[in-house]
Amino acid sequence: MIGLISYLAFFATMAGILAIVVLGLNLQWGYTGLFNGGVVAFFGAGAYGTMILGGRPEPGQFGGFEWPFLFALAGGVLLAGAIAWIVGILTLRLRHDYLAIATFGVAVAFESIARNAEWLTGGAKGLRGFPRPLEAAIGNTFVYGLCFLAMVMAVLAAVYWALQRLVQSPYGRALRAIREDEVAARSLGKNPTRLRLQSFVIGSMIMGVAGGLYVAFYAFVSPQDLAPILTFQVWAMLIVGGAGNNRGAVLGAFLIWGAWTGSGFALSKFAPAAMQLYTGPIQYILIGTVIVVMLLWRPQGLLPERITQRFTKTASKVGTTSKGAF
Amino acid sequence: MTALLTIAALEAGYVRDLPILRQVNLSVMRASLTVIIGPNGAGKSTLIKAIAGLVPVSAGTVTLDGADITGIRPDQMGALGLAYVPQTDNIFRHLTIRENLALVLRRVPDRTTRLDELYALFPPLAAKQADRAGSLSGGQRQMLAVAMALSGRPRVMLMDEPSAGLSPKIAAEVLDLTRSLTAQGVTVLLVEQNVKQALRVADHCYILAEGRNQLDGPAAAILSDPMVAEIYLGGKRVGAA
Ligand SMILES: Nc1ncnc2c1ncn2[C@@H]1O[C@H](COP(=O)(O)OP(=O)(O)OP(=O)(O)O)[C@@H](O)[C@H]1O
Ligand SMILES: [Mg+2]
Repeated sequence: MIGLISYLAFFATMAGILAIVVLGLNLQWGYTGLFNGGVVAFFGAGAYGTMILGGRPEPGQFGGFEWPFLFALAGGVLLAGAIAWIVGILTLRLRHDYLAIATFGVAVAFESIARNAEWLTGGAKGLRGFPRPLEAAIGNTFVYGLCFLAMVMAVLAAVYWALQRLVQSPYGRALRAIREDEVAARSLGKNPTRLRLQSFVIGSMIMGVAGGLYVAFYAFVSPQDLAPILTFQVWAMLIVGGAGNNRGAVLGAFLIWGAWTGSGFALSKFAPAAMQLYTGPIQYILIGTVIVVMLLWRPQGLLPERITQRFTKTASKVGTTSKGAF
Repeated sequence: MTALLTIAALEAGYVRDLPILRQVNLSVMRASLTVIIGPNGAGKSTLIKAIAGLVPVSAGTVTLDGADITGIRPDQMGALGLAYVPQTDNIFRHLTIRENLALVLRRVPDRTTRLDELYALFPPLAAKQADRAGSLSGGQRQMLAVAMALSGRPRVMLMDEPSAGLSPKIAAEVLDLTRSLTAQGVTVLLVEQNVKQALRVADHCYILAEGRNQLDGPAAAILSDPMVAEIYLGGKRVGAA
């Protein structure tokens, strides 16, 4: 029983962390139309940044400053934001597919640095040992797992709430306007360059938050965690859930993570031994298939973008206005 | 009457060293309606876009009320009292009608009153305010585009074929509305293919072809000019769309 509950808690913690990443991507793609093909770089920046600042010291290794968790996390998030800012200034003039290629390149470069800058990142073996927040105070591993899950869910709820407020505000309306037609938005006095950059940086910082939580959860990070598959998983989550809908983003994260772990489990249990060697590749094919099928069958996702609530509530009679709408 | 908007020896184009506009001169009197006509590809839209800062200007000047506004950034238009209604893609289809208006009203201090005024001016928009703008008919979309431009109470309206694709009756209504703006002190620079109707409401007319000034004069005089009549009002037609 306790085994099952801790497994479920483990599953939900990971799904919650991924849901935060998907929310970050939804701000960029769903609301602003920015095709970020390098999600994993910003997640990784949050993870490595948090680990270097908050991790345990190791001989011959830079970092391990043992900062309190919140400060280390803030550092990781700032690192993700700073990288996004630099990448954004250089690439945001690019349109959809080119931006995707450029950001994908950034992710590859990031992985390469993590693999080779051993003094900073521990190289291929990664960085290990992280004093998890409140672990010593709580003690019991099982209880701690549940507490950690509660913390991830609280962060997820806070990010969701903040993003909902943001996208329903005039600011969010301006983002959707530039997503649709940059020139027209510009003639209405919006500054698309600035708005796109802001959205890109905020979305990437949200991914950085998830990276920091991930590092605290596993107390370990290595270039393995920066594999491009994570970017595709996150995209699959957003496409399945529904781009432009934050609830869809969270739903997609839980569904796809469930399908991913479920398929891994099923393959390891029921597939013939010879096939088990190929569990990873088979799962990759599954993710790819899900993306393709979804795009063909229901491109708007399970929960499509909706007309903004605040506006639908107002009456549609001639001349009625509500002050709250602005 | 004095000129509010003056264009002098303007050269502008989309690609370096390939000007579409060559030495274009034009002046628009305060609170008047000036119409630009000319065949397809004459450079009418390019001229409007060059004023709005959407096309780079390589030579010449644009002056608004004595101030040089050549090569402004398009997002500065609102602050200068300019509004632009593009020929195409002039609304945000995925936003609701109300959100479209709100995008511009954000800068207007008395936005609630202003919204009411706009809805009173365009009742069909009020009736559909919570729907996506993509669900509007062609004429209603033009209405929304004009309403958006009017939101910020501009001094100068730059309108690129606001009557395109509208039935003759609605087109006439849009042009009448445009005319009525001048009575409220708004200065209008209008591009039109609906030559006869446009000349009926306009004060002054410029004819543009191949990126150059061809002819200009009071609208009534242009309307009765036999050469213009032959080229634009029947007989030999240059471009029909
Ligand atoms: N985005 C663009 N890039 C390059 N060239 C363009 C662009 N838009 C227009 N042109 C060229 O500029 C010239 C003038 O076009 P413009 O749109 O100003 O004509 P117009 O007078 O508005 O015509 P219409 O009556 O068809 O709207 C044309 O030769 C056209 O090919
Ligand atoms: Mg045109």
